[in-house]
Amino acid sequence: MSLLTELTRGIIKENPTFRLVLGMCPTLALTTSLENALGMGVACIFVLICSNAAISALRNIIPSAVRIPCYIVVIAAFVQVVDLLMQAYTPALAQSLGIFIPLIVVNCIILGRAEAYASKNGVLYSAVDGLGMGIGFTLSLSLMATIREFLGSGSVTLWGDLAIKNIHSHAMVLVVLPAGGFVTLGLILAFINHVQAVAARKRGESAPLPLELDCRHCALCKVGE
Amino acid sequence: MKPESPSDLYIVSSSPHTHSGESVERIMLDVLIALAPAFLAACWFFRLEALRLTFVCVAACLLTEWLCRKAMGRARAISDLSATVTGVLLAFNLPPALPTWMAVAGSVFSIAIAKQVFGGLGYNPFNPALAGRAFMLISFTGAMTTWSQSTWLQKIAGAGADAVTTATPLGFAKEALKSGQALPVFNTGLLSDFFIGNMNGCIGETSALALLLGAAYLLYRKVITWHIPAAYLLTVLAYAVILSLASPATAIPPLFHLLSGGLILGAFFMATDMVTTPVTRRGMLIFGIGCGIITMVIRTVKTGAYPEGVSFAILIMNAFTPLINRATRNRVFGTKK
Repeated sequence: MSLLTELTRGIIKENPTFRLVLGMCPTLALTTSLENALGMGVACIFVLICSNAAISALRNIIPSAVRIPCYIVVIAAFVQVVDLLMQAYTPALAQSLGIFIPLIVVNCIILGRAEAYASKNGVLYSAVDGLGMGIGFTLSLSLMATIREFLGSGSVTLWGDLAIKNIHSHAMVLVVLPAGGFVTLGLILAFINHVQAVAARKRGESAPLPLELDCRHCALCKVGE
Repeated sequence: MKPESPSDLYIVSSSPHTHSGESVERIMLDVLIALAPAFLAACWFFRLEALRLTFVCVAACLLTEWLCRKAMGRARAISDLSATVTGVLLAFNLPPALPTWMAVAGSVFSIAIAKQVFGGLGYNPFNPALAGRAFMLISFTGAMTTWSQSTWLQKIAGAGADAVTTATPLGFAKEALKSGQALPVFNTGLLSDFFIGNMNGCIGETSALALLLGAAYLLYRKVITWHIPAAYLLTVLAYAVILSLASPATAIPPLFHLLSGGLILGAFFMATDMVTTPVTRRGMLIFGIGCGIITMVIRTVKTGAYPEGVSFAILIMNAFTPLINRATRNRVFGTKK
């Protein structure tokens, strides 16, 4: 278990958005422009690294019966830091991210990594894990945001005026609306699963679905029976 | 399936034992035949625009269907004509001057997102043509509500109405409703224009006469039953009668409600789609009544954004179809209630 594998795991193999399907609220709500996605991603990287490191350092003195409230307090403290920093230095971005910055507290990725990784591993590894997961999250958001902004408004905004405007005049407004977020996410997930299924078939295995996408535990329809 | 050879006739199996001879291809062909009069009317009123939009939508739908089935590794699909029907219906729901690329985008959405993603014909919860139209109405609001010039409004408002001659009857009525002005007089002399199709609107929805001819053919061929269209149209009529009795100054006369917008097209050709509507007779009546109420609410609520609600009404009721089916399930013969 080297630091490098810890770092890359969050980017590809256990990508929080597309493989673990965590943190769907910001994924759907903030991918209307690349600028929002990058802002959210950077905020999450900061919170993930700090909270993972802090929780890992405290892991031996947090009583396991009350560990979730303890994690939340730690995470909330760092989210507060990010919130104040963004309001002070990037007020426009803070304005457009709005309620989703405070809501980082309840982002499943951060609590999930605290519970699944930081509570069991050392400070350095936990921080690297947080960095990898954060980068994976940021890249996923950026991919979705680029697709949606390009199709939905015909431009790609990196930061403020640093943008390519009017690439085409064939904007489809629905893509930047919430419904378009669901459709885009669904198509990306389908594509990734398809690629994995093809790769597994080439190796001669049957491709197992990730648990979140597996029909068998769900009773709504009868596909898995 | 039809028995292929005499030996198939001796196979012992559970019911059903006989086949009506209906097939997807035949039903879709019947729908296409029934849409032919409306297509001719569209070509008469909108000339080359109708031809262009219909051709583009059908071609894009067929191509998308073929590509999707190929990418998903599924069996043949385009020969069952369902994508052709979707293409024609989508084209009929588009305004005449719409740019070609928008029609292509709508067709791709109809087939790829609204139909094939769910598993293809028979699995789609929403009517693909209407889903495509809803996508386009939200994405390209401006282009989807730009209408070509027509003579109907000049008859109502006289020569000084140049600025508003590019609205549909319903659009004009909605504007009047919002601004609080009195409605223009919808005199009965206009009814024949509305009935034949001489008004602004989407290319396939204007001519009630042609659509009713096609609907009669579908009823005769038993492709559709009377339940949904009758419940739908009567609900709209009843709602409109009540409105016009309550406030005669601001309400459109009931008959105009029936003949304007996409109501006839929607009631006979899209609210009767076998895949996305209830299967029981009682369910069909509920479906029709629900469509009628939602349509009229969207059309006549002052704060609403859209002047016409047929497509949204049918899509919303599509979402309720599984619930209606479950609630109106028929008693199995021989079992107690």
